[in-house]
Amino acid sequence: MSVTNSVGDYVAQVRKGGVDILEDCRHALESARRINTRHHFLNTIADERFIAEARSVSDAAKKGRTGRLAGVALSVKDCLCVKDVETTAGSAILRGYHPLFDATAVERAVKEGAMVIGKTAQDEFGFGGFSVNVGKGFERPTNPIDASRSCGGSSGGAAGLTRAATFPHLAIAESTGGSIVCPAAFCGVVGICPTYGRVSRYGLIDYANSLDKIGTMATTVQDAALLLEVISGHDKNDSTSSPRTMEPLDAAASIEGLRVGIIKEAFGQGVDAAVAHAVKEGASQLEASGATLTNVSLPNVAKYGVACYYIIAMCEASTNLAKYCGMRYGAHGALGPQFNDYFSQVRTQHFGDEAKRRLMLGTFARMAGWREAYYVRALKVRAALIEEYQRAFKNVDVLLSPTMPMVAPTFDEIAKLSPLQNYMADILTVGPNLAGLPHASVPVGNVKNLPVGLQLIANHFDEKTLIRAAGGLQ
Amino acid sequence: MTVDEALIDAVAANARITLTEKERIKFLQDFKDILDAFSTIADAPAAENPAIHPEPVRDVVRQDTPTPCLSQDDALRNTQHKKGGYFKGPKVAR
Repeated sequence: MSVTNSVGDYVAQVRKGGVDILEDCRHALESARRINTRHHFLNTIADERFIAEARSVSDAAKKGRTGRLAGVALSVKDCLCVKDVETTAGSAILRGYHPLFDATAVERAVKEGAMVIGKTAQDEFGFGGFSVNVGKGFERPTNPIDASRSCGGSSGGAAGLTRAATFPHLAIAESTGGSIVCPAAFCGVVGICPTYGRVSRYGLIDYANSLDKIGTMATTVQDAALLLEVISGHDKNDSTSSPRTMEPLDAAASIEGLRVGIIKEAFGQGVDAAVAHAVKEGASQLEASGATLTNVSLPNVAKYGVACYYIIAMCEASTNLAKYCGMRYGAHGALGPQFNDYFSQVRTQHFGDEAKRRLMLGTFARMAGWREAYYVRALKVRAALIEEYQRAFKNVDVLLSPTMPMVAPTFDEIAKLSPLQNYMADILTVGPNLAGLPHASVPVGNVKNLPVGLQLIANHFDEKTLIRAAGGLQ
Repeated sequence: MTVDEALIDAVAANARITLTEKERIKFLQDFKDILDAFSTIADAPAAENPAIHPEPVRDVVRQDTPTPCLSQDDALRNTQHKKGGYFKGPKVAR
Protein backbone atom coordinates (compact mmCIF):
# COMPACT_ATOMS: atom_id res chain seq x y z
CA MET A 1 0.00 0.00 0.00
CA SER A 2 1.26 3.50 -0.74
CA VAL A 3 2.26 5.65 2.22
CA THR A 4 0.79 8.93 1.02
CA ASN A 5 -2.70 10.23 0.43
CA SER A 6 -1.48 13.44 -1.22
CA VAL A 7 -2.75 13.22 -4.76
CA GLY A 8 0.24 14.96 -6.31
CA ASP A 9 2.72 12.69 -4.51
CA TYR A 10 0.74 9.56 -5.27
CA VAL A 11 0.48 10.26 -9.01
CA ALA A 12 4.22 10.93 -9.06
CA GLN A 13 4.77 7.49 -7.48
CA VAL A 14 2.46 5.87 -10.04
CA ARG A 15 4.51 7.46 -12.82
CA LYS A 16 7.70 6.02 -11.36
CA GLY A 17 6.09 2.58 -11.39
CA GLY A 18 6.43 2.17 -7.65
CA VAL A 19 2.75 1.55 -6.88
CA ASP A 20 0.47 -1.47 -7.00
CA ILE A 21 -2.72 0.29 -8.07
CA LEU A 22 -4.92 -2.80 -7.66
CA GLU A 23 -3.74 -3.42 -4.12
CA ASP A 24 -4.29 0.24 -3.25
CA CYS A 25 -7.71 0.04 -4.85
CA ARG A 26 -8.70 -2.84 -2.57
CA HIS A 27 -7.40 -0.96 0.46
CA ALA A 28 -9.39 2.12 -0.57
CA LEU A 29 -12.60 0.11 -0.92
CA GLU A 30 -12.16 -1.49 2.51
CA SER A 31 -11.40 1.87 4.05
CA ALA A 32 -14.37 3.55 2.35
CA ARG A 33 -16.71 0.82 3.61
CA ARG A 34 -15.38 1.15 7.14
CA ILE A 35 -15.72 4.94 7.13
CA ASN A 36 -19.19 4.68 5.61
CA THR A 37 -20.47 2.38 8.33
CA ARG A 38 -19.89 5.19 10.82
CA HIS A 39 -20.45 8.36 8.81
CA HIS A 40 -22.61 7.54 5.74
CA PHE A 41 -20.64 9.72 3.32
CA LEU A 42 -21.43 7.52 0.31
CA ASN A 43 -24.93 6.75 -0.95
CA THR A 44 -23.43 4.15 -3.28
CA ILE A 45 -20.05 2.45 -3.36
CA ALA A 46 -19.23 1.66 -6.97
CA ASP A 47 -17.18 -1.52 -6.34
CA GLU A 48 -17.36 -3.01 -9.82
CA ARG A 49 -16.65 0.15 -11.70
CA PHE A 50 -13.85 1.16 -9.32
CA ILE A 51 -12.06 -2.18 -9.71
CA ALA A 52 -12.52 -2.21 -13.49
CA GLU A 53 -11.10 1.30 -13.76
CA ALA A 54 -8.20 0.37 -11.46
CA ARG A 55 -7.34 -2.55 -13.78
CA SER A 56 -7.46 -0.29 -16.79
CA VAL A 57 -5.29 2.41 -15.14
CA SER A 58 -2.86 -0.23 -13.88
CA ASP A 59 -2.50 -1.78 -17.35
CA ALA A 60 -1.97 1.63 -18.93
CA ALA A 61 0.63 2.56 -16.30
CA LYS A 62 2.59 -0.62 -17.06
CA LYS A 63 2.75 0.56 -20.66
CA GLY A 64 3.99 3.97 -19.54
CA ARG A 65 0.68 5.79 -20.03
CA THR A 66 -0.39 7.73 -16.93
CA GLY A 67 -2.85 10.57 -16.72
CA ARG A 68 -2.70 13.52 -14.36
CA LEU A 69 -4.95 11.68 -11.86
CA ALA A 70 -3.66 8.15 -12.41
CA GLY A 71 -4.79 5.80 -9.66
CA VAL A 72 -6.66 8.44 -7.61
CA ALA A 73 -10.02 7.49 -6.09
CA LEU A 74 -12.71 9.93 -7.19
CA SER A 75 -15.93 10.42 -5.29
CA VAL A 76 -18.76 12.08 -7.16
CA LYS A 77 -21.64 13.98 -5.57
CA ASP A 78 -24.82 12.03 -6.13
CA CYS A 79 -26.31 14.72 -8.35
CA LEU A 80 -23.83 14.00 -11.16
CA CYS A 81 -24.53 11.18 -13.59
CA VAL A 82 -22.15 8.23 -13.46
CA LYS A 83 -22.77 5.56 -16.06
CA ASP A 84 -24.43 2.40 -14.70
CA VAL A 85 -24.09 3.58 -11.07
CA GLU A 86 -27.30 4.51 -9.24
CA THR A 87 -27.60 8.29 -9.32
CA THR A 88 -30.29 9.89 -7.15
CA ALA A 89 -29.30 13.45 -6.21
CA GLY A 90 -30.17 12.20 -2.73
CA SER A 91 -33.85 11.84 -3.57
CA ALA A 92 -36.16 8.85 -3.28
CA ILE A 93 -37.85 9.95 -6.49
CA LEU A 94 -34.69 8.97 -8.41
CA ARG A 95 -34.16 5.61 -6.67
CA GLY A 96 -33.16 3.02 -9.23
CA TYR A 97 -32.01 5.51 -11.87
CA HIS A 98 -28.86 4.25 -13.60
CA PRO A 99 -27.56 6.84 -16.10
CA LEU A 100 -26.49 5.78 -19.57
CA PHE A 101 -23.54 8.17 -19.60
CA ASP A 102 -20.99 9.99 -17.45
CA ALA A 103 -21.33 13.71 -16.69
CA THR A 104 -18.66 15.63 -18.62
CA ALA A 105 -16.74 16.48 -15.42
CA VAL A 106 -16.61 12.80 -14.47
CA GLU A 107 -15.65 11.74 -17.99
CA ARG A 108 -12.74 14.20 -18.04
CA ALA A 109 -11.41 13.09 -14.64
CA VAL A 110 -11.64 9.41 -15.60
CA LYS A 111 -9.81 10.12 -18.86
CA GLU A 112 -6.91 11.36 -16.71
CA GLY A 113 -6.82 8.14 -14.70
CA ALA A 114 -9.21 8.88 -11.81
CA MET A 115 -11.34 5.94 -10.67
CA VAL A 116 -14.92 6.42 -9.44
CA ILE A 117 -15.26 4.97 -5.94
CA GLY A 118 -18.83 6.05 -5.29
CA LYS A 119 -21.58 8.64 -5.06
CA THR A 120 -21.49 11.02 -2.11
CA ALA A 121 -24.39 11.89 0.18
CA GLN A 122 -26.15 15.24 -0.04
CA ASP A 123 -29.28 17.12 0.90
CA GLU A 124 -32.06 16.08 -1.45
CA PHE A 125 -31.37 17.88 -4.77
CA GLY A 126 -29.01 20.17 -2.82
CA PHE A 127 -31.82 21.68 -0.73
CA GLY A 128 -29.94 22.41 2.49
CA GLY A 129 -26.77 23.55 4.18
CA PHE A 130 -26.38 20.83 6.80
CA SER A 131 -26.98 17.54 4.92
CA VAL A 132 -29.93 16.86 7.21
CA ASN A 133 -32.50 17.20 4.41
CA VAL A 134 -31.58 13.86 2.88
CA GLY A 135 -34.25 12.11 0.84
CA LYS A 136 -36.68 9.58 2.27
CA GLY A 137 -34.84 6.38 3.15
CA PHE A 138 -31.32 7.87 2.88
CA GLU A 139 -28.80 7.93 5.72
CA ARG A 140 -27.77 11.31 7.13
CA PRO A 141 -23.98 11.85 6.87
CA THR A 142 -22.18 13.03 10.01
CA ASN A 143 -19.16 15.19 10.72
CA PRO A 144 -15.91 13.19 10.51
CA ILE A 145 -14.52 14.98 13.58
CA ASP A 146 -17.59 14.76 15.81
CA ALA A 147 -20.44 12.50 14.71
CA SER A 148 -22.98 14.44 16.79
CA ARG A 149 -22.46 17.39 14.41
CA SER A 150 -23.29 18.20 10.82
CA CYS A 151 -20.71 17.81 8.05
CA GLY A 152 -22.34 20.77 6.29
CA GLY A 153 -24.21 20.69 3.02
CA SER A 154 -25.27 20.12 0.57
CA SER A 155 -22.04 18.40 -0.57
CA GLY A 156 -21.63 16.97 2.93
CA GLY A 157 -20.62 13.47 1.91
CA ALA A 158 -17.93 14.85 -0.41
CA ALA A 159 -16.36 16.97 2.33
CA GLY A 160 -16.63 14.28 4.99
CA LEU A 161 -15.02 11.62 2.83
CA THR A 162 -12.28 14.04 1.75
CA ARG A 163 -11.43 14.60 5.41
CA ALA A 164 -11.71 10.96 6.48
CA ALA A 165 -10.17 9.15 3.49
CA THR A 166 -6.97 7.27 4.25
CA PHE A 167 -6.22 6.80 0.54
CA PRO A 168 -5.47 9.20 -2.35
CA HIS A 169 -8.84 10.79 -3.00
CA LEU A 170 -10.43 13.75 -4.73
CA ALA A 171 -14.08 14.80 -4.72
CA ILE A 172 -16.27 16.30 -7.38
CA ALA A 173 -18.85 18.41 -5.57
CA GLU A 174 -21.48 20.95 -6.62
CA SER A 175 -22.63 24.31 -5.32
CA THR A 176 -25.78 26.32 -5.91
CA GLY A 177 -25.67 28.67 -2.89
CA GLY A 178 -22.62 27.56 -0.91
CA SER A 179 -22.79 23.78 -1.07
CA ILE A 180 -19.05 23.34 -1.65
CA VAL A 181 -17.50 25.86 0.73
CA CYS A 182 -19.90 25.28 3.63
CA PRO A 183 -19.15 21.56 4.09
CA ALA A 184 -15.48 22.16 3.29
CA ALA A 185 -15.38 24.63 6.21
CA PHE A 186 -17.22 22.32 8.63
CA CYS A 187 -14.98 19.35 7.78
CA GLY A 188 -11.68 21.24 7.57
CA VAL A 189 -10.87 20.59 3.91
CA VAL A 190 -10.35 22.75 0.82
CA GLY A 191 -13.35 23.40 -1.42
CA ILE A 192 -13.22 25.30 -4.70
CA CYS A 193 -16.29 26.53 -6.53
CA PRO A 194 -15.34 27.97 -9.94
CA THR A 195 -16.93 30.71 -11.99
CA TYR A 196 -20.39 29.88 -13.34
CA GLY A 197 -19.78 28.25 -16.72
CA ARG A 198 -16.18 27.23 -16.06
CA VAL A 199 -17.13 23.56 -15.70
CA SER A 200 -19.72 21.93 -17.94
CA ARG A 201 -23.00 21.07 -16.24
CA TYR A 202 -23.76 18.30 -18.74
CA GLY A 203 -24.87 15.31 -16.71
CA LEU A 204 -25.65 17.34 -13.60
CA ILE A 205 -29.11 16.84 -12.12
CA ASP A 206 -30.21 20.46 -11.88
CA TYR A 207 -31.18 22.29 -8.77
CA ALA A 208 -31.17 25.82 -10.26
CA ASN A 209 -29.70 26.19 -13.75
CA SER A 210 -28.41 29.74 -13.47
CA LEU A 211 -26.71 29.04 -10.13
CA ASP A 212 -25.36 25.47 -10.30
CA LYS A 213 -21.58 25.08 -10.47
CA ILE A 214 -19.51 21.90 -10.34
CA GLY A 215 -16.33 22.20 -8.25
CA THR A 216 -13.76 20.24 -6.32
CA MET A 217 -12.59 19.24 -2.84
CA ALA A 218 -9.27 17.95 -1.54
CA THR A 219 -7.08 18.18 1.53
CA THR A 220 -4.77 20.71 -0.14
CA VAL A 221 -5.33 23.71 -2.40
CA GLN A 222 -2.99 22.30 -5.06
CA ASP A 223 -4.83 18.97 -5.25
CA ALA A 224 -8.26 20.64 -5.47
CA ALA A 225 -6.88 22.96 -8.16
CA LEU A 226 -5.47 20.03 -10.11
CA LEU A 227 -8.89 18.40 -10.35
CA LEU A 228 -10.43 21.73 -11.32
CA GLU A 229 -7.94 22.11 -14.16
CA VAL A 230 -8.84 18.64 -15.41
CA ILE A 231 -12.63 19.08 -15.42
CA SER A 232 -12.79 22.70 -16.67
CA GLY A 233 -13.34 23.92 -20.18
CA HIS A 234 -15.95 24.36 -22.86
CA ASP A 235 -18.26 21.48 -23.66
CA LYS A 236 -20.47 21.37 -26.73
CA ASN A 237 -23.08 19.56 -24.65
CA ASP A 238 -23.56 22.57 -22.34
CA SER A 239 -24.24 25.85 -24.11
CA THR A 240 -23.68 27.75 -20.85
CA SER A 241 -20.13 26.41 -20.49
CA SER A 242 -17.57 29.08 -21.25
CA PRO A 243 -15.10 28.92 -24.14
CA ARG A 244 -12.59 30.97 -22.10
CA THR A 245 -9.42 29.04 -21.34
CA MET A 246 -8.18 28.87 -17.78
CA GLU A 247 -4.60 29.78 -16.98
CA PRO A 248 -2.59 27.15 -15.08
CA LEU A 249 -3.39 27.16 -11.37
CA ASP A 250 -0.43 27.44 -9.01
CA ALA A 251 -1.05 27.32 -5.27
CA ALA A 252 2.65 27.90 -4.60
CA ALA A 253 2.79 31.23 -6.48
CA SER A 254 3.93 34.27 -4.51
CA ILE A 255 1.20 36.48 -3.04
CA GLU A 256 3.48 39.51 -2.86
CA GLY A 257 1.37 42.55 -3.74
CA LEU A 258 -1.95 40.66 -3.68
CA ARG A 259 -4.74 43.08 -2.76
CA VAL A 260 -7.14 41.47 -0.28
CA GLY A 261 -10.45 43.10 0.62
CA ILE A 262 -11.87 42.22 4.03
CA ILE A 263 -15.67 42.23 3.75
CA LYS A 264 -16.77 44.45 6.62
CA GLU A 265 -20.31 43.11 6.96
CA ALA A 266 -19.06 39.50 7.22
CA PHE A 267 -17.58 40.08 10.66
CA GLY A 268 -20.60 41.66 12.29
CA GLN A 269 -23.70 40.54 14.09
CA GLY A 270 -24.50 36.84 13.90
CA VAL A 271 -20.91 35.75 13.28
CA ASP A 272 -19.28 33.77 16.10
CA ALA A 273 -16.52 35.92 17.64
CA ALA A 274 -14.05 33.03 17.84
CA VAL A 275 -14.67 32.16 14.17
CA ALA A 276 -14.17 35.81 13.17
CA HIS A 277 -10.94 35.90 15.17
CA ALA A 278 -9.55 32.75 13.49
CA VAL A 279 -10.35 34.18 10.07
CA LYS A 280 -8.66 37.49 10.89
CA GLU A 281 -5.59 35.48 11.92
CA GLY A 282 -5.70 33.91 8.46
CA ALA A 283 -5.85 37.35 6.89
CA SER A 284 -2.82 38.38 8.93
CA GLN A 285 -1.01 35.34 7.58
CA LEU A 286 -1.65 36.57 4.03
CA GLU A 287 -0.40 40.03 5.02
CA ALA A 288 2.76 38.54 6.50
CA SER A 289 3.40 36.85 3.16
CA GLY A 290 3.21 40.11 1.25
CA ALA A 291 -0.49 40.75 0.62
CA THR A 292 -2.09 44.11 1.43
CA LEU A 293 -5.33 44.20 3.40
CA THR A 294 -8.08 46.78 3.00
CA ASN A 295 -11.65 46.97 4.26
CA VAL A 296 -14.44 46.62 1.72
CA SER A 297 -18.15 47.19 2.24
CA LEU A 298 -20.80 45.19 0.35
CA PRO A 299 -23.96 46.42 2.12
CA ASN A 300 -26.50 45.31 -0.45
CA VAL A 301 -25.09 41.81 -0.80
CA ALA A 302 -25.27 41.47 2.98
CA LYS A 303 -28.78 42.89 3.25
CA TYR A 304 -30.52 41.39 0.22
CA GLY A 305 -28.37 38.44 -0.86
CA VAL A 306 -30.25 35.70 0.97
CA ALA A 307 -33.71 36.77 -0.20
CA CYS A 308 -32.55 37.33 -3.76
CA TYR A 309 -30.75 33.99 -3.91
CA TYR A 310 -33.57 31.92 -2.45
CA ILE A 311 -36.25 33.41 -4.68
CA ILE A 312 -34.26 32.65 -7.85
CA ALA A 313 -33.11 29.23 -6.62
CA MET A 314 -36.60 28.14 -5.62
CA CYS A 315 -38.17 29.39 -8.86
CA GLU A 316 -35.65 27.50 -10.96
CA ALA A 317 -35.89 24.41 -8.72
CA SER A 318 -39.66 24.28 -9.03
CA THR A 319 -39.43 24.12 -12.82
CA ASN A 320 -36.62 21.55 -12.71
CA LEU A 321 -38.54 19.29 -10.36
CA ALA A 322 -41.53 19.28 -12.70
CA LYS A 323 -39.98 16.49 -14.74
CA TYR A 324 -40.12 13.97 -11.90
CA CYS A 325 -43.42 12.28 -12.49
CA GLY A 326 -42.81 8.54 -12.14
CA MET A 327 -42.77 7.68 -15.82
CA ARG A 328 -39.40 7.53 -17.53
CA TYR A 329 -36.87 6.86 -14.74
CA GLY A 330 -36.53 6.70 -10.98
CA ALA A 331 -39.45 5.84 -8.71
CA HIS A 332 -42.64 4.59 -10.35
CA GLY A 333 -46.15 3.89 -9.14
CA ALA A 334 -48.94 1.63 -10.35
CA LEU A 335 -50.49 3.15 -13.49
CA GLY A 336 -54.05 3.18 -12.12
CA PRO A 337 -55.10 6.79 -11.57
CA GLN A 338 -55.73 9.53 -14.13
CA PHE A 339 -52.49 11.27 -15.15
CA ASN A 340 -52.63 14.31 -12.83
CA ASP A 341 -53.53 12.14 -9.87
CA TYR A 342 -50.75 9.70 -10.78
CA PHE A 343 -48.11 12.45 -10.95
CA SER A 344 -49.28 13.95 -7.63
CA GLN A 345 -49.29 10.55 -5.98
CA VAL A 346 -45.72 9.69 -7.04
CA ARG A 347 -44.35 13.15 -6.18
CA THR A 348 -46.12 13.34 -2.82
CA GLN A 349 -44.88 9.89 -1.85
CA HIS A 350 -41.22 10.41 -2.80
CA PHE A 351 -40.29 14.08 -2.28
CA GLY A 352 -39.05 15.03 1.20
CA ASP A 353 -40.34 17.97 3.27
CA GLU A 354 -37.77 20.55 2.16
CA ALA A 355 -38.17 19.58 -1.50
CA LYS A 356 -41.93 20.12 -1.16
CA ARG A 357 -41.41 23.44 0.60
CA ARG A 358 -39.05 24.81 -2.07
CA LEU A 359 -41.16 23.40 -4.88
CA MET A 360 -44.20 25.19 -3.53
CA LEU A 361 -42.45 28.49 -2.77
CA GLY A 362 -40.88 28.50 -6.23
CA THR A 363 -44.19 27.66 -7.87
CA PHE A 364 -45.81 30.52 -5.96
CA ALA A 365 -43.14 33.08 -6.89
CA ARG A 366 -43.62 32.32 -10.59
CA MET A 367 -47.42 32.42 -10.54
CA ALA A 368 -49.30 35.16 -12.39
CA GLY A 369 -49.67 38.17 -10.12
CA TRP A 370 -46.50 37.55 -8.10
CA ARG A 371 -43.93 36.76 -10.79
CA GLU A 372 -42.92 40.42 -11.30
CA ALA A 373 -42.73 41.15 -7.56
CA TYR A 374 -40.60 38.14 -6.72
CA TYR A 375 -38.88 36.30 -9.57
CA VAL A 376 -38.29 39.14 -12.04
CA ARG A 377 -37.47 41.55 -9.23
CA ALA A 378 -34.91 39.11 -7.79
CA LEU A 379 -33.21 38.80 -11.20
CA LYS A 380 -32.91 42.59 -11.40
CA VAL A 381 -31.58 42.76 -7.84
CA ARG A 382 -29.04 40.07 -8.73
CA ALA A 383 -27.75 42.31 -11.55
CA ALA A 384 -27.33 45.17 -9.03
CA LEU A 385 -25.50 42.91 -6.56
CA ILE A 386 -23.11 41.76 -9.31
CA GLU A 387 -22.41 45.45 -10.00
CA GLU A 388 -21.61 45.93 -6.30
CA TYR A 389 -19.04 43.13 -6.49
CA GLN A 390 -17.58 44.58 -9.70
CA ARG A 391 -17.08 47.96 -8.02
CA ALA A 392 -15.18 46.19 -5.22
CA PHE A 393 -12.94 44.32 -7.68
CA LYS A 394 -11.73 47.65 -9.11
CA ASN A 395 -9.68 48.04 -5.93
CA VAL A 396 -8.93 44.50 -4.74
CA ASP A 397 -7.93 41.15 -6.26
CA VAL A 398 -9.79 38.92 -3.83
CA LEU A 399 -12.41 39.35 -1.13
CA LEU A 400 -12.12 37.63 2.24
CA SER A 401 -14.65 36.56 4.87
CA PRO A 402 -15.45 33.64 7.15
CA THR A 403 -16.99 30.84 5.09
CA MET A 404 -19.69 30.13 7.66
CA PRO A 405 -20.72 32.26 10.64
CA MET A 406 -20.21 29.33 13.02
CA VAL A 407 -18.41 26.00 13.39
CA ALA A 408 -20.30 22.80 12.58
CA PRO A 409 -23.51 22.79 14.66
CA THR A 410 -24.88 19.72 16.45
CA PHE A 411 -27.91 17.96 15.04
CA ASP A 412 -29.85 19.03 18.14
CA GLU A 413 -29.06 22.68 17.39
CA ILE A 414 -30.09 22.28 13.76
CA ALA A 415 -33.39 20.64 14.74
CA LYS A 416 -34.38 23.82 16.59
CA LEU A 417 -33.93 26.05 13.52
CA SER A 418 -36.95 27.19 11.49
CA PRO A 419 -36.69 26.92 7.68
CA LEU A 420 -35.98 30.67 7.52
CA GLN A 421 -33.19 30.38 10.12
CA ASN A 422 -31.74 27.54 8.03
CA TYR A 423 -31.68 29.79 4.97
CA MET A 424 -30.06 32.65 6.91
CA ALA A 425 -27.09 30.40 7.78
CA ASP A 426 -26.04 30.80 4.13
CA ILE A 427 -25.62 34.55 4.49
CA LEU A 428 -21.87 34.54 3.76
CA THR A 429 -21.94 32.09 0.85
CA VAL A 430 -24.97 33.10 -1.23
CA GLY A 431 -23.33 36.31 -2.51
CA PRO A 432 -20.55 34.78 -4.65
CA ASN A 433 -22.92 32.03 -5.77
CA LEU A 434 -25.59 34.46 -6.86
CA ALA A 435 -22.98 36.46 -8.75
CA GLY A 436 -21.32 33.36 -10.24
CA LEU A 437 -17.94 34.35 -8.78
CA PRO A 438 -15.20 31.78 -8.15
CA HIS A 439 -14.67 31.20 -4.45
CA ALA A 440 -12.92 28.79 -2.11
CA SER A 441 -12.86 27.74 1.52
CA VAL A 442 -9.52 27.03 3.16
CA PRO A 443 -9.10 25.73 6.75
CA VAL A 444 -7.60 28.35 9.10
CA GLY A 445 -7.43 26.74 12.51
CA ASN A 446 -9.93 25.45 15.03
CA VAL A 447 -12.47 26.69 17.52
CA LYS A 448 -13.28 24.17 20.27
CA ASN A 449 -11.46 21.53 18.21
CA LEU A 450 -13.72 22.15 15.23
CA PRO A 451 -12.37 23.53 11.95
CA VAL A 452 -12.94 27.07 10.74
CA GLY A 453 -13.06 27.94 7.05
CA LEU A 454 -11.83 31.17 5.47
CA GLN A 455 -13.63 32.13 2.26
CA LEU A 456 -11.88 33.84 -0.63
CA ILE A 457 -13.76 35.27 -3.62
CA ALA A 458 -12.19 36.34 -6.92
CA ASN A 459 -13.56 38.07 -10.00
CA HIS A 460 -15.23 36.12 -12.81
CA PHE A 461 -12.85 33.67 -14.51
CA ASP A 462 -9.93 34.66 -12.27
CA GLU A 463 -9.41 31.25 -10.70
CA LYS A 464 -5.69 31.83 -11.09
CA THR A 465 -5.71 34.61 -8.48
CA LEU A 466 -8.14 32.70 -6.28
CA ILE A 467 -5.80 29.68 -6.11
CA ARG A 468 -2.76 31.90 -5.62
CA ALA A 469 -4.44 33.55 -2.61
CA ALA A 470 -5.74 30.25 -1.21
CA GLY A 471 -2.28 28.74 -1.52
CA GLY A 472 -0.97 31.58 0.64
CA LEU A 473 -2.90 30.15 3.56
CA GLN A 474 -1.34 26.69 3.41
CA MET B 1 -51.27 39.67 -0.51
CA THR B 2 -53.09 37.25 1.73
CA VAL B 3 -51.27 34.06 2.51
CA ASP B 4 -54.02 31.67 3.55
CA GLU B 5 -55.01 28.05 3.19
CA ALA B 6 -56.66 28.71 -0.18
CA LEU B 7 -53.35 30.02 -1.53
CA ILE B 8 -51.46 27.00 -0.14
CA ASP B 9 -53.98 24.65 -1.77
CA ALA B 10 -53.71 26.43 -5.12
CA VAL B 11 -49.93 26.34 -5.08
CA ALA B 12 -49.84 22.69 -4.04
CA ALA B 13 -52.21 21.78 -6.87
CA ASN B 14 -50.01 23.62 -9.37
CA ALA B 15 -46.93 21.88 -8.00
CA ARG B 16 -48.68 18.47 -8.19
CA ILE B 17 -48.26 17.85 -4.48
CA THR B 18 -50.98 16.57 -2.16
CA LEU B 19 -50.64 17.92 1.37
CA THR B 20 -51.79 16.35 4.60
CA GLU B 21 -53.67 18.61 7.01
CA LYS B 22 -50.56 18.79 9.20
CA GLU B 23 -48.43 19.83 6.20
CA ARG B 24 -50.98 22.51 5.19
CA ILE B 25 -50.74 24.12 8.61
CA LYS B 26 -46.93 23.88 8.69
CA PHE B 27 -46.43 25.20 5.15
CA LEU B 28 -48.90 28.05 5.75
CA GLN B 29 -46.78 29.32 8.65
CA ASP B 30 -43.54 28.74 6.69
CA PHE B 31 -44.93 30.69 3.73
CA LYS B 32 -45.85 33.63 5.98
CA ASP B 33 -42.41 33.76 7.64
CA ILE B 34 -40.39 33.26 4.48
CA LEU B 35 -42.38 35.56 2.18
CA ASP B 36 -42.36 38.26 4.84
CA ALA B 37 -38.54 38.06 4.99
CA PHE B 38 -38.15 37.84 1.22
CA SER B 39 -40.43 40.81 0.53
CA THR B 40 -37.46 43.03 1.46
CA ILE B 41 -36.23 42.74 -2.11
CA ALA B 42 -38.89 45.31 -3.00
CA ASP B 43 -36.60 47.84 -1.28
CA ALA B 44 -33.34 46.56 -2.80
CA PRO B 45 -31.49 48.39 -5.56
CA ALA B 46 -32.31 46.82 -8.91
CA ALA B 47 -30.78 47.06 -12.37
CA GLU B 48 -32.95 47.85 -15.36
CA ASN B 49 -32.36 44.46 -16.94
CA PRO B 50 -32.66 41.14 -15.13
CA ALA B 51 -29.54 38.95 -14.81
CA ILE B 52 -30.86 35.66 -16.17
CA HIS B 53 -27.32 34.31 -15.77
CA PRO B 54 -24.49 35.69 -13.61
CA GLU B 55 -22.39 36.23 -16.74
CA PRO B 56 -23.79 36.91 -20.21
CA VAL B 57 -24.33 33.60 -22.01
CA ARG B 58 -24.20 33.49 -25.78
CA ASP B 59 -26.75 31.18 -27.40
CA VAL B 60 -25.03 28.44 -29.34
CA VAL B 61 -26.81 26.17 -31.77
CA ARG B 62 -25.31 23.23 -33.55
CA GLN B 63 -25.53 22.45 -37.25
CA ASP B 64 -28.82 20.81 -38.14
CA THR B 65 -27.23 17.53 -39.17
CA PRO B 66 -28.03 14.04 -37.87
CA THR B 67 -25.59 12.59 -35.35
CA PRO B 68 -25.65 9.33 -33.36
CA CYS B 69 -28.22 9.50 -30.57
CA LEU B 70 -29.81 7.40 -27.85
CA SER B 71 -31.24 4.10 -29.10
CA GLN B 72 -34.88 3.27 -28.37
CA ASP B 73 -33.82 0.44 -26.06
CA ASP B 74 -31.47 2.70 -24.10
CA ALA B 75 -34.12 5.41 -23.80
CA LEU B 76 -36.48 2.87 -22.23
CA ARG B 77 -33.90 1.20 -20.00
CA ASN B 78 -34.80 3.15 -16.85
CA THR B 79 -38.58 2.89 -17.04
CA GLN B 80 -40.84 0.29 -15.48
CA HIS B 81 -43.72 1.28 -17.74
CA LYS B 82 -43.23 0.52 -21.41
CA LYS B 83 -45.18 -1.13 -24.17
CA GLY B 84 -44.30 -1.86 -27.79
CA GLY B 85 -41.11 0.20 -27.67
CA TYR B 86 -42.80 3.26 -26.10
CA PHE B 87 -43.21 4.72 -22.63
CA LYS B 88 -46.55 3.80 -21.15
CA GLY B 89 -48.16 6.59 -19.15
CA PRO B 90 -51.21 6.98 -16.92
CA LYS B 91 -54.67 7.56 -18.38
CA VAL B 92 -55.25 10.99 -19.87
CA ALA B 93 -59.04 10.71 -20.21
CA ARG B 94 -61.29 9.45 -17.45
